[in-house]
Amino acid sequence: MPRRGAPPEVNAGSMADIAFLLLIFFLVTTTIETDAGLDRMLPPIEPPTENPPIIKEKNIFTVNINRNGQLLVEEEITDIKNLRQKAVAFLDNGGAPSGSPEFCSYCKGRRSPDSSDNPTKAIISLKNDRETKYATYITVQNELVGAYNELRNREAQRLYGRDFTDMEADYLNPETPSSVKDELKEKVQRIQELFPQKLSEAETSSTN
Amino acid sequence: MSKFAKKKDAGLPAVNTASLPDIVFMLLFFFMTVTVMKDNTLKVENTLPNASETKKLEKKDRIIYIYVGKPTSQYTAKFGDEARIQLNDKFSSPSDVGNYVLEERAKKSQELQNVLTIALKVDKSANMGLISDIKQELRKVNALKVNYTTYEGDAFTNLQ
Repeated sequence: MPRRGAPPEVNAGSMADIAFLLLIFFLVTTTIETDAGLDRMLPPIEPPTENPPIIKEKNIFTVNINRNGQLLVEEEITDIKNLRQKAVAFLDNGGAPSGSPEFCSYCKGRRSPDSSDNPTKAIISLKNDRETKYATYITVQNELVGAYNELRNREAQRLYGRDFTDMEADYLNPETPSSVKDELKEKVQRIQELFPQKLSEAETSSTN
Repeated sequence: MSKFAKKKDAGLPAVNTASLPDIVFMLLFFFMTVTVMKDNTLKVENTLPNASETKKLEKKDRIIYIYVGKPTSQYTAKFGDEARIQLNDKFSSPSDVGNYVLEERAKKSQELQNVLTIALKVDKSANMGLISDIKQELRKVNALKVNYTTYEGDAFTNLQ
């Protein structure tokens, strides 16, 4: 007489053990990689030239970090929370008078003649001490990059209705099709020209 | 035999564990997709700082890693508790950085050699002095594209 009902079940009790074994193997041999960060270009070492370019004092935004993590911005002690706003105000100032070749038509700043003439002229100079904590330095870098991004986003919104950071991320993403990339490249470069990142870092000082 | 005779009581029925493998496999696949193989063991503490304006690093084959941080507890006796540089599984001094980068660069294929990024994975508590030394070394070998690798998050939490 044929047996009724389903065929006997396969014993899958050890399957869980095998899966656990594999899982534990992966747990110990792999790491969750952090693959994001602040991109920076270091300045190339150049032979000392006899005539360094002359930069107007008002086009330089000095940021000093001391060993205790305190900030001196444009000769004023500043809380790190106000740094971004100050940097934005400086970059966006557009102090050159209208009609002059350096006039900045897209700036929305105060147009104070004592601050930067044009975003393409403005330079942020960062100086830190050897004893400065790396965490503080990254926070300052982050705020300065943030200031640039804020302004670039504003212009990108005005011109293309889209955030700059967004466009740049798409442009750098290797999965973006090249037709889209070509189109983005032009836009990204245009915005970068409006607000070029000019962040210079002085050699660190070993004194206070 | 009566149709409604009670079945023999066989004690508690076994708990059905058939879905356990499925759950474990699910976890396994999660780990397989979000992690990458370790290529060197960290000998330094490496709590990265937070930053919000981050950019994603591109492909992994274009990156040279440099780790900086305090030696972990098992190495403190030998190497002290000042921040050190780790290159390829061993502690190094700043002057080794240049050679290391050149060596690593020579290993990559020709077309990648110009697009390499140096990822600096530096512990929060390290001092900038060491970092500036590394940056000087990198400038000497013309490896100018650096990435300060960070976690994504509010940068102000670094200050606490």
